[in-house]
Amino acid sequence: MSTTNPTTAGDSLQKSSLHAPPPTVTPFTIAAVAVVALTAAVSYYALIWLFAYIYPNGASGLFTALFVALWLAALIPLIPAVQAMGRSQKANALLRSHDVVGARHHAALGREAALTSMGYSAAILVLATLVAFVSTKDGAIASTFLRPAFIAQAFSDVLAAFWVNVRVALGAEVLVLVLGLGIAIMRMLPGRAGRPLRVLAILYTDIFRAIPGIIVLYLVGFGLSLAEVPFFKDLPPIWLAIFALTLTYSAYVAEVYRAGLDSIHRSQWAAARSLGLSYPQALRTVIIPQAVRRVIPPLLNDFIGLQKDTALIGVMGVIDAFTQSRLIGSAVFNLSPVTVVAIIFVVVTIPQSRFVDRMLEKDQARQRSGSS
Amino acid sequence: MHFLQIRDLHKSYGSLEILKGVTLDVARHEVVCLIGASGSGKSTLLRCINALEPIDSGTILVNGDQVTGLGVDLNALRRNVGIVFQSYNLFPHMSVLKNITLAPTMVGGVSKEAAEQRALELLEKIGLRNKAGSFPDALSGGQQQRVAIVRAMAMDPQVLLLDEITAALDPELVGDVLEMIRELAVDGLTMLLATHEMGFAREVASQVCFLHQGKILERGTPQQVFENPQEERTQQFLSRVIQAGRL
Repeated sequence: MSTTNPTTAGDSLQKSSLHAPPPTVTPFTIAAVAVVALTAAVSYYALIWLFAYIYPNGASGLFTALFVALWLAALIPLIPAVQAMGRSQKANALLRSHDVVGARHHAALGREAALTSMGYSAAILVLATLVAFVSTKDGAIASTFLRPAFIAQAFSDVLAAFWVNVRVALGAEVLVLVLGLGIAIMRMLPGRAGRPLRVLAILYTDIFRAIPGIIVLYLVGFGLSLAEVPFFKDLPPIWLAIFALTLTYSAYVAEVYRAGLDSIHRSQWAAARSLGLSYPQALRTVIIPQAVRRVIPPLLNDFIGLQKDTALIGVMGVIDAFTQSRLIGSAVFNLSPVTVVAIIFVVVTIPQSRFVDRMLEKDQARQRSGSS
Repeated sequence: MHFLQIRDLHKSYGSLEILKGVTLDVARHEVVCLIGASGSGKSTLLRCINALEPIDSGTILVNGDQVTGLGVDLNALRRNVGIVFQSYNLFPHMSVLKNITLAPTMVGGVSKEAAEQRALELLEKIGLRNKAGSFPDALSGGQQQRVAIVRAMAMDPQVLLLDEITAALDPELVGDVLEMIRELAVDGLTMLLATHEMGFAREVASQVCFLHQGKILERGTPQQVFENPQEERTQQFLSRVIQAGRL
């Protein structure tokens, strides 16, 4: 058996034999059994604590059956681990009778089975650790963050206040789409005449990406009315919130648009201009539509950021879902109402990501299949 | 008077001079083939005529009107001078029909209905009418290039520039595209084409120009240039082409 040794580099390439026997599977099987054993121990305590929290009055028959069933489920990865042991023994036996090809076959299957066992065990281990963490100390963590009674009590008020977040987010998103594109186009105006506007666009994106959103909200929310700026001083606070978030997010979205516009190949410009289209015509019909399609995913990313930042508008005195939940939370001295806001944000955000995935798939399928 | 007159055209990219004084006359209904090695300036010359590249010095006249210098209406120039590119450059987000009708409706003052009818007629001629609703990505390279030619022809250009339009195509797709150019030549369209298809150039060209390092080194009828080249460089270029089995 020849093996390469990197410490003694020679003049010629070293090749190992293609007929080499397989490396032993034993360490893999031992590791797999060890991970399963650790998982069994952690999930045992996790289940004990969890059931003690849920059924503080002690065991019933159903309790014991459920406990055993869940614990056994956590031990399912033992099955591939045992299979790996069998394969390992078989490989060793074949190797003794000089069947290298057969030994390799069984060793490979044994390694695969051992790794599968470890993969599933590790996932269960992570979940069991989480359960143990949440239910330890008689569920102290769970009752602080997830007490069902407080969640039910706060839900309707928090959901009603969330309507404010929705309106601010939608309003800002519409304005950001327009203003962001305007700034991106300003930044790519051609020639010497466009230079001052290009510089202005760069300054805008640099400055508003630098200022933390919460500070812009604070300054706009109190500053514009304090200074009695005409028009703005009479706006309701929710409009000031939309205005402030638009200022911040237009800078990000302008950069996203710019990346999209830059990514359209020069040849598309050449083709459009060569047909006699003017610069604005080529931009509008050929460049922008292609650029926008490309930037939809990063655009949505920024929109999710914007939606989450609507939780900051409390600093300017608007009662949004987060502010409302904190009010309820401090009244009952428990964080479960705030968890409600977190859950609402998750529920609202996930479908948006899936929607855009589907939209992009459809658009690509349409361009490929050829039916309009 | 020649339809297209190019006088002492110079063009550099930075310190690299691509065109070093090109002078060329193209009469109406003439088909001029530009041949020469890669980097000899064929593509640059075509892009300069369409004003896609600004020139450094020299003049270009189309139909007697000077189209170089400041203040020229480039969009008007391009409506009369069409160009087809090596990489087709169709608009991938538009159907074939929309690709063809975009310029006529947007800058040609044609109604949508009239433009679509004419586009469908042109597609019919090349047997691609059933692809009108398709998007470019669903078409083969040869089909895309023929659509690109139709797109340029939909503006009724007075001269058509073709920039190595078969260079990116698989060999079996070249024939259809060349057939289309052949028909345009028979119809009397003025064309200026950069090409590596020597057999085709010999067949359709009324004038062949050999470019070498930014200058037209030799010009003449196909018979003169291909069968009895005078310049040593032309002879070398053609013998290499023959070695490669392309003539």
